[in-house]
Amino acid sequence: MTSLAAGSRPTRTQPSELVGARLPRWAPVAAAVAGVVLALALKAVLGWTGWLTAFFSAALLFVVVLTGWSFRVEGRRRAKDRLASTLIYSSFVAALVPLVLILGYIVVKGLPAFNADFFTHSMNGVGSRAGGGLYAAFIGTLEQVAIAAIIALPIGLFTAIYLVEYGKGGFARAVTFFVDVMTGVPSIVAGLFVYTFLLLGTGLRPFGAAGSIALAILMLPVVVRSSEEMLKLVPRELRDASYALGVPKWRTIVKVVLPTALSGLITSALLAIARVAGETAPLILLVGYAAKINNNPFHGDQATLPMFVWDQLGKRTGNASDFGEARAWGAALTLVLLVLLLNVGARLLARLARPKTR
Amino acid sequence: MKITRWAATAALAAGVLVLSACGSDDNTASSSSSSSSSSSSSSNSVASPSAATSSAASDTGSASGSGSSSASASGAGSSAATSGAASGGSGSSSATSGGGSATTFEGAGFTCATGELRSSGSTAQGKVIAQWITDYNAKCGASVNDYGGGGSGKGVSDFSANQTDFGGSDSALKDTETAAAKQRCGGNDAIDLPMVTGPIAVAYNLSGVDTLVLTPKVLVGIFGGQIKTWNDPQIAALNKGVTLPSDAIQTVHRSEDSGTTDNFTKYLTAAGGWTFEGGKAWTAPGGTGAQGSDGVAKAVQSTAGAIGYVEWGFAQSDKLPIAQIDNGAGAVELTAESAGKAVQAAKIVGTGKDLALKLDYATKEAGAYPIVLVTYEIVCSAGNGDKAALLQSFLGYAATDGQQSLADLGAAPLPASIQTKVVDAVKALS
Amino acid sequence: MPETWDRVAADDRAADPRTAEAELLAEAGEHGTAATEALTGRLAGTAGSGASGTVAAPTRRHGAAPAAAPHGVSITGRSTRVGDRVFKGLAAGSGGLLLVVMAAIAVFLIWKALPAFSGNSGNLITTQAWRPQSSPPFFGIAAILFGTVVSALIAMLVGVPVAIGIALFIAHYARRRMATVLGGIVDLLAAVPSLVFGMWGLYFLVPNTRGFQSWLSEYWGWLPFLKNTTATSTAQYGQSLLMAGIVLAIMIVPTVSAVTREVFLQVPGETMDAAWALGATKWEMVRTAVLPFGRAGMISAAMLGLGRALGETIAVALVLNSGFVINPHLTEPGGDTFASTIALKFGEASGSPKGIPALVFAGLCLFVITLLVNSAARMIIARRREFTA
Repeated sequence: MTSLAAGSRPTRTQPSELVGARLPRWAPVAAAVAGVVLALALKAVLGWTGWLTAFFSAALLFVVVLTGWSFRVEGRRRAKDRLASTLIYSSFVAALVPLVLILGYIVVKGLPAFNADFFTHSMNGVGSRAGGGLYAAFIGTLEQVAIAAIIALPIGLFTAIYLVEYGKGGFARAVTFFVDVMTGVPSIVAGLFVYTFLLLGTGLRPFGAAGSIALAILMLPVVVRSSEEMLKLVPRELRDASYALGVPKWRTIVKVVLPTALSGLITSALLAIARVAGETAPLILLVGYAAKINNNPFHGDQATLPMFVWDQLGKRTGNASDFGEARAWGAALTLVLLVLLLNVGARLLARLARPKTR
Repeated sequence: MKITRWAATAALAAGVLVLSACGSDDNTASSSSSSSSSSSSSSNSVASPSAATSSAASDTGSASGSGSSSASASGAGSSAATSGAASGGSGSSSATSGGGSATTFEGAGFTCATGELRSSGSTAQGKVIAQWITDYNAKCGASVNDYGGGGSGKGVSDFSANQTDFGGSDSALKDTETAAAKQRCGGNDAIDLPMVTGPIAVAYNLSGVDTLVLTPKVLVGIFGGQIKTWNDPQIAALNKGVTLPSDAIQTVHRSEDSGTTDNFTKYLTAAGGWTFEGGKAWTAPGGTGAQGSDGVAKAVQSTAGAIGYVEWGFAQSDKLPIAQIDNGAGAVELTAESAGKAVQAAKIVGTGKDLALKLDYATKEAGAYPIVLVTYEIVCSAGNGDKAALLQSFLGYAATDGQQSLADLGAAPLPASIQTKVVDAVKALS
Repeated sequence: MPETWDRVAADDRAADPRTAEAELLAEAGEHGTAATEALTGRLAGTAGSGASGTVAAPTRRHGAAPAAAPHGVSITGRSTRVGDRVFKGLAAGSGGLLLVVMAAIAVFLIWKALPAFSGNSGNLITTQAWRPQSSPPFFGIAAILFGTVVSALIAMLVGVPVAIGIALFIAHYARRRMATVLGGIVDLLAAVPSLVFGMWGLYFLVPNTRGFQSWLSEYWGWLPFLKNTTATSTAQYGQSLLMAGIVLAIMIVPTVSAVTREVFLQVPGETMDAAWALGATKWEMVRTAVLPFGRAGMISAAMLGLGRALGETIAVALVLNSGFVINPHLTEPGGDTFASTIALKFGEASGSPKGIPALVFAGLCLFVITLLVNSAARMIIARRREFTA
């Protein structure tokens, strides 16, 4: 409970001179009960059909009752305080509810699709039947994200090194600014850009690595930003010690700074990968879709998990199979698990390796 | 430190190996019914001896790049083996097929070819062509890519941009489109080959209303926005004895360029009173747009009081009620027979090898369902290069054996007279 | 061999105990890098404390005279210089590449959008339709600009207050241990792919909020933008701009709350203590100490969220039905945004002469809008940094 706002002072029954009148400790509970009862009564009297309306009016009544009561007993300031606390608590609940609903819903819908075949088979030749799986899409996603990482991680890391170790003056400021701006480039614009310069007018047909380039563009600012933070965390003393020993700057960076920040850098790399693994928009323009396994990201249509979902929902062809929706949820759950795994892994790594004092 | 790094690398390598070893393109084992057309089971095994031999090799589930074609070939092997057992499903459709599709793939002189083909376009033929690709790949061990769908507009534009080897479209190439297509074909003409005819269903969502009769005039009113509620006197006059709700009418149209829109607006124009521009794009105000035939079907299904035009197969698979159309000779229910009647009357208007058809939307013939469309494959008449053999073989399959699986998918086969012309045109492709 | 260098350096250090601050600073200027400067500062500091004077000397050598001192060559020989130059070149080159990519995006989008400016029978800006494939082409961005801005604004109105509430909760209301856990959970929400938000919005949120939308239209319909003029029953509500905005709101909450949380955590303890000491309630403390401090941060966070909402593609493409008209009734189905139009119209655009340029033009508009919004956000942050620094 809010320490002051809820008025959890020992002297309750007898309002002290110093604190003024306070609501009893059970006031919020009483207000909640009153709210619910009133809402149910309203529901019965006015003949509301939905429970949602009742829920929201109960919440609203709770706020009104508690604030009003507090206003009468404790005065204007305390009432405001209570109102603010309630709103802040409820905003947090308001954020948790969708999270739980989304994850719960996707697990419920996606889990039935899971079986061994689903993970080891492609959609080749499935057509409108049941069966098939996301193997081809999974391979495609892994390959494309890996290529994107191979492109973006070194460039991002070097940029971060430049900004932290060398960066001074207008150029560095420009780079910092555009890294920030690049963070905001919509994914579809990145896809459109790669399309205009790689596929449009060149006669090339969509292929997996084209998507990787767009993903790399989206990854780049994330890598730079987070690596920069990690490099800044490396204590200056370590660098100083190295310089003091006459070690050249680049060797200091390679041998001292990077190893010290290694775990943080891996964390940021994983987070950046997680950020783009679920990206759909650029892939629609760039990689096509294939039901068959295509292990070559440099030639031919390649399926990816997001495109698999897009296809199975019938959004790509305008032609959904009856079994497509279940497969789409299965693939979406796989995608979420993949991304969450990367995230949780990255955060655990960050936590485990944080107190690095060597 | 070093040891952990090695361990991590080893684990990664092992993971990659395991991952790449466990994938499979072979989906025939898990299927409940063989999808291949069973009409020519005897010749099937003759046609693909290589498939039979390679199926044994790919049973282990090869995931290498080169393994993909052999894995799909194994589908042919096993389906050829099981097709004798009359495994039901869509394979048994040949018995119900209507029009003169006596010609078979081998009978017409086509042979199998292998390789890859890209295609996209009309969603009206989406279900059909997906089935054809599956069946053809199984039959010949080829790797014709998945149909790209996306609407007739995409079919034409992808083809013209050399993104596909053939395009699907519900409308023949327009004068404005032929130049680009000709350029893409290296100066050769691009031709329209009719492959599938399909009725367009006017699907609706009204609880408690099982039969609904509409006339072209009322359809114009509904989709043009003049008739706004279901209990409008004009609708009520056509449906005596049916209790119509007072719900507002929610029209659903295709949001992307679509041959279905083109054909439907042609029908409305023929009926008179439709003042909006025709063509693949929906130009009338109001209503909501949905992506693809499936999108329209889903939108109608999920919105009370909705009405939309969608290919029959999509209305069927979402179990939507379909309005009967009264073109002047009494209400006609949409059946394979009533749709076939309208298609029989189609005339070839294309010149040369082009086989564009013209349908009579204003037909007053009794028992003919008037809102039908013909969907074409658009190909280069010549200059297909190394794709020519496969293109010929695949389209040959579509024009012959492929016609037999149509009825189950909400489409109707080509009339025999047109079919022979299509077969000739396909043979002439180079 | 590093070991030998170390030894040499150590010897050198012992042998040459000169400290001259002016010299050091001059060297730092020569190098002109942050690290060296930091080093100098630190050395100057430690030199004052006495014993560490010995450390300074080798640095002087390292910077000043590779040729002058005979044993200095082994420490800072030519090879290491080359290494430094190459490394710096690589690092600066990567930074430069980033600028090149941004420039290339702008150049290519402008270049490939050029054909869209001619041969359009509609007005590029004011036409409410998107038919670049028809002949003559007829398209304009009016409707999609409206949809983009309105859905993003709804997302802001709904999402930003909630996000700030969460940030306050985590930074100042929740217990420390709980706060880190909760912060992690909110961050997880940011990691869920937008595709999943879209699917959830389409299959769960839209069907389950029909009643809510009809309630809004019925009881709040006197606000024209909440009135649905086409629906007569609850089941006719659905994929409206309002719903798209709400899905976007859920998507931007983690982004906005993460940034504001950071700012709130930086509020100086003295300011808060001052508020407490004056007998403020918790809310008064927040209002007088936390919120003013975090104002710039909140604004920039909100604009970052706005940038994300403007550019979101798949979630909107799934949740929204297409309409291509400016429809001020937000509970009516239909609407389009720049991003969803590009994704959904891309398929049919590739062959026609105006199709792709029209979409690239839409992409260019989106790029420019997000660029402006993001730049504004960053400038606000930068200015605030100057204030507090």
